[in-house]
Amino acid sequence: MLTFTVRRLLYGIVLLFVIVTLAYLLLYAAAGNVGRTILGPTATQATVALKNQQLGLNSPLISRYFSWLGHALTGNFGSSWFTNQPVTTAIITRLQVTLILVLGAVIVSAVASAALGVWAALRGGWVDRVIQVFSVLGFAIPGFLIALFLVRIFALGLHWFKPTGYVPITYYFGGWIRTVTLPIIALSIALVAGIAQQVRSSVIDSLRQDWVRTLRSRGISERSVLFKHVLRNAGGPALSVLALSFVGLLGGAVIIEQIFGIPGLGQIAVLATSQGDVPLVMGLVVAIGVIVIVVNLVVDLLQGFLNPKARIS
Amino acid sequence: MSEAAVSSGALAPDISSDIRAARSHLARRFLKNTLGIAALAVLVLIVLAAIFAPLLTSYDPNAVSVLNILQGPGAGHLLGTDGAGRDVWARLLFGARFTLAGALLATVVAAVIGITSGLVAGYYGKWFESVSSWVTTLLMALPGIVVLLAARAVLGPSLWSVMIIFGVLLAPAFYRLVYAAVSGVRNELFVDAARVSGVSDFRIIARHILTVVRAPIILQASIVFGIAIAVQVGLDFLGFGDQTIPTWGNILNDGFTNLYRDPQLVIWPGLAIVITGVALTLFANALRDELEHSARPSRRRRAAVATAAAEPVPPVSNTIVHDEPDTATEAPLLHIEGLAVGYPQPDGSVTRVVDNVSLNIGRGEVHGLIGESGSGKTQTAWSVLRLLPSGGEVLEGSIQFDGEDLSKVPSAKMQDIRGGRIAYIPQEPMSNLDPSFTIGSQLTEPMRIKLGVSKAEARARALKLLGQVGIPNPERTFASYPHELSGGMAQRVLIAGAVSCEPDLVIADEPTTALDVTIQAEILDLLRDLQQELGVTILIVTHNFGVVADLCDQVSVMQKGRIVETGPARSLFANPQHPYTRSLFDAILDESPARGPYAEVLPR
Repeated sequence: MLTFTVRRLLYGIVLLFVIVTLAYLLLYAAAGNVGRTILGPTATQATVALKNQQLGLNSPLISRYFSWLGHALTGNFGSSWFTNQPVTTAIITRLQVTLILVLGAVIVSAVASAALGVWAALRGGWVDRVIQVFSVLGFAIPGFLIALFLVRIFALGLHWFKPTGYVPITYYFGGWIRTVTLPIIALSIALVAGIAQQVRSSVIDSLRQDWVRTLRSRGISERSVLFKHVLRNAGGPALSVLALSFVGLLGGAVIIEQIFGIPGLGQIAVLATSQGDVPLVMGLVVAIGVIVIVVNLVVDLLQGFLNPKARIS
Repeated sequence: MSEAAVSSGALAPDISSDIRAARSHLARRFLKNTLGIAALAVLVLIVLAAIFAPLLTSYDPNAVSVLNILQGPGAGHLLGTDGAGRDVWARLLFGARFTLAGALLATVVAAVIGITSGLVAGYYGKWFESVSSWVTTLLMALPGIVVLLAARAVLGPSLWSVMIIFGVLLAPAFYRLVYAAVSGVRNELFVDAARVSGVSDFRIIARHILTVVRAPIILQASIVFGIAIAVQVGLDFLGFGDQTIPTWGNILNDGFTNLYRDPQLVIWPGLAIVITGVALTLFANALRDELEHSARPSRRRRAAVATAAAEPVPPVSNTIVHDEPDTATEAPLLHIEGLAVGYPQPDGSVTRVVDNVSLNIGRGEVHGLIGESGSGKTQTAWSVLRLLPSGGEVLEGSIQFDGEDLSKVPSAKMQDIRGGRIAYIPQEPMSNLDPSFTIGSQLTEPMRIKLGVSKAEARARALKLLGQVGIPNPERTFASYPHELSGGMAQRVLIAGAVSCEPDLVIADEPTTALDVTIQAEILDLLRDLQQELGVTILIVTHNFGVVADLCDQVSVMQKGRIVETGPARSLFANPQHPYTRSLFDAILDESPARGPYAEVLPR
C-alpha cells in the first residue's frame, strides 16, 4: 500500500513537471514583446527595451526556464508583471476562497447524491422518476445558467443571499454563508445529478448480490445491510465519478466566480490570461496541478479503503 | 492461401452479419424508445432551423438599429430586439449556426484524434500505447476552461480556434472508449482468425473492430457535443468570445447586461441552451439504455425465468410416503404444511413455483431436499428464511418452526430468528461474502447482535470457529478479505458463520455444488462432524444423491414444485417408487460408475 502511494505520488510529480514545462515554453514562445504589452502603445522604444531587460527577457528561453524552475522549487514564482505582487501571495490568498467553494461543492454533492441515489434505488416508483428527471436537467443545464436562476430567485427576489461578493468566514460567519451558499449550490447541481445516478445503479446492483441475502440470513438489520454494507460497496464507483468530475469542478469554479464576483483563483485566472501576465499564469498552472495531484492521491487512498481489491494493484 | 481466404471469407461475413444483426436490432429498439425519438426529433429540428436560418427570418442578425432598441415581441420582430436594436429571433437562428458548428468542430476534432489514437494504441499496443495513455492522463489533469482562457490570450477571441483546442482536450473521452474496446477484441478468436488468414489490418479494424464501438462512439459524441456547447456558451457569456458573431452565449451576455430593462432577453437564449442540452442528454440516455439492453441479454431475467417461471406446477399427484418405522413421537422442529410460493406477473397472473409442499423435519435430523434445477427446492428453503427474491411471496400454507408460524411472525421477530435460530449456508461461496469487509468483521457482526458479546469475545469465538471448520491459520483468515480466499475456504467461513450463533436449524442450499470434487468431500465431512458435535438440525438442498447418501437421515424428492416422494433415506434408496426418483438415480449411475458407496445401498 505504501509503495503504491509513493508510486502514485511520483507519477503525479512527473506529470506536473511535464505540464509545467510545456506551459512555460508555450506561454513564453507566444508572449511576443512583453515590455510593449505591459507599458502599452504609448511607451517609447527605449523604455520598452529597458523593461524587457529588467524582466530578464533577453537571456535565452532555456536558461530562463531553468532559473524559474530553480526559484519555483524554493516556492518563489516571481512577481506579477502588472501589479508587482509576488505570485505566491496572490495565489495563496485566492486559493483559500476557491478551495472553500470546490470542497463545499464536493461535500454537498457527496451527501446529496448519496441520499438521492439511495432513495431512488429503494423507493422506485415516482420518487425514482422525479430524481431521474432532476438528473437529466441537472446534467443538461450548464451550471452558470443555474447560477443565474438562483441569483434571480434567492438573491434578487427573496433577498436570502447576496448576489455578488465574498465575506471571509473569519470575518463574519453569517455573511460568509450568505455569499458562498448559492455558488456552492450552482457548482454542485451537475455533480449531484451525475453521482446520484451512479449511486442509484450501484445500490440497485449491490442489493441484487448474493451476499446481501446471506447477510440478511445472519439476522443483520436492514439498516446495517443498507448503510454499512451496500452503501460501502456502492461508494467506489460513485467516488470514481466524483474524482473524474473534480478537474471539471475547478473549471466550473472559474465561471461561477465570475458570476458571483468572488475573488478566487478563477478571477485571477481570467485577469492573468487576458493581460498575458505569464508569471501569474505559471503560478496558477502549478497551483492547479498540485491540487489535482493531491486530489487524485486522496481518491486513490479512499478507493483503497472502500474496495480492498484496489489495494494490491 | 486460397483455402485460408475462403475460410476467412466464410467466417468474416458470418461474424459481421452477426454484429450487423445486433446493430439493426439496436436501431430497431431505439426506434421504439419514445423519449429517445422525441429528443432526436427536437435535435433535428434545431439543426434544420440553423441550416435554413436565412429562410426563417428576413433580418440580418448583426444589423444594429439605434431606433429599435429593446422593443418587445411582435411588431415586426418576432421576439423583439436586443440592446443594440438587433432582431432576437434572427440572432437566435444564426446563433444556432455558430454555436452548433463550434460544438460540432470540437466533437469532430476530439473524435478523430481520440478514435485514431485509440485504435492504434489498442490494436498495435507497444510504445504508442504507453505514450498515449500518458498524454491522456496529462490532458485529463488540465482544467479545460483555464487552458481555453490562456489560449484566447495568445490566439485572440476566435470561436473556431477555441473549439479546436477544446476538441483536443476532450479527445481522451473517445480514446479511452475505443482503446478499451479494441484491446478487448484484439485477441478474440475471430480477429485472430482473420489475421492469420491474411486479412489486412485496415480491413480487420474497419470490419470487426469499428462495428463493435460504433454505438458507444455515437453516445460519447452526443455527450461531448453537449459539453462543448456548455463551455462555449459559458466563455461567450462571460465575454471571452468573439463578440462580432451571434452565438447563444453572446446573446445571453447581451440579455444579462439588459436584465433589469428587459428580463425576457435572457429567457430566449437560455431556453435554446436548455432545450438543446436536455434533448442531447435524453438522446444519450435512451441510446445508453438500449445499448446496455442489447449488450447483456439480461442474464438476470433469464435466471429469474429459469427458477421462477420455467416450471409451472402440474396437476396434483400424490406424494409417495415411505413408512417410517421409528417415527419420533415428539413434535417436529420444522413443519411445513401445504406451502405454495408464487411470483405475481405483470399481466395479473401468478406463476406458482412451489405448490402444496409439506415437510416434517425432526430435531437433530438431517433432511435432504433433492430435485433437479427449477424444481422449487431452493424456493422452499428461502421461504422458510423469508428471504424470497423480490416479487416472490408465500401464497398458501404454514411454516411452523418450534410452534411458531414463520409466515406470520412480524419482520422484526423474523430478524431475530434468522441467524439466531435458523441459519443459512449458501451455494456459491465466493459471491456470498461482502467483498468490502474482512472475514473477521463479517463473522463477528452477527455474534455481537445475536449473542450480545463484546468485540473481544466475538473475536475469540470467531477464531475458535475458524479453527473448528478446519481453517489452518485462523488469525490470518480472520484478517483477510473474501477475494484472498479460495472457494473451499470461503465455504468453510460461511459454514462457520452459519453455526456461529448456535442455531437450531441450518438450511444449506447446495453447499458443495460450486466446489471442486475433492473439496466437496471435505465440506460434507465437515458438515457431518459439526452436525454430530452440535446436534443441529439440517435441511440440505441438493440435486446430488451422493450428498444425500453421505449425510441424510430423511429425504424428500421434489419435482416441478411438488414433493413426489419422501421417507427415510435408507428405505427410499432401497426402494425408490416414483418414476422421477428412479430417473434421478439412473442419472447418477450413468454419470459416474465409480461411485462405490451406493452399491451397497442400491442393489441393482
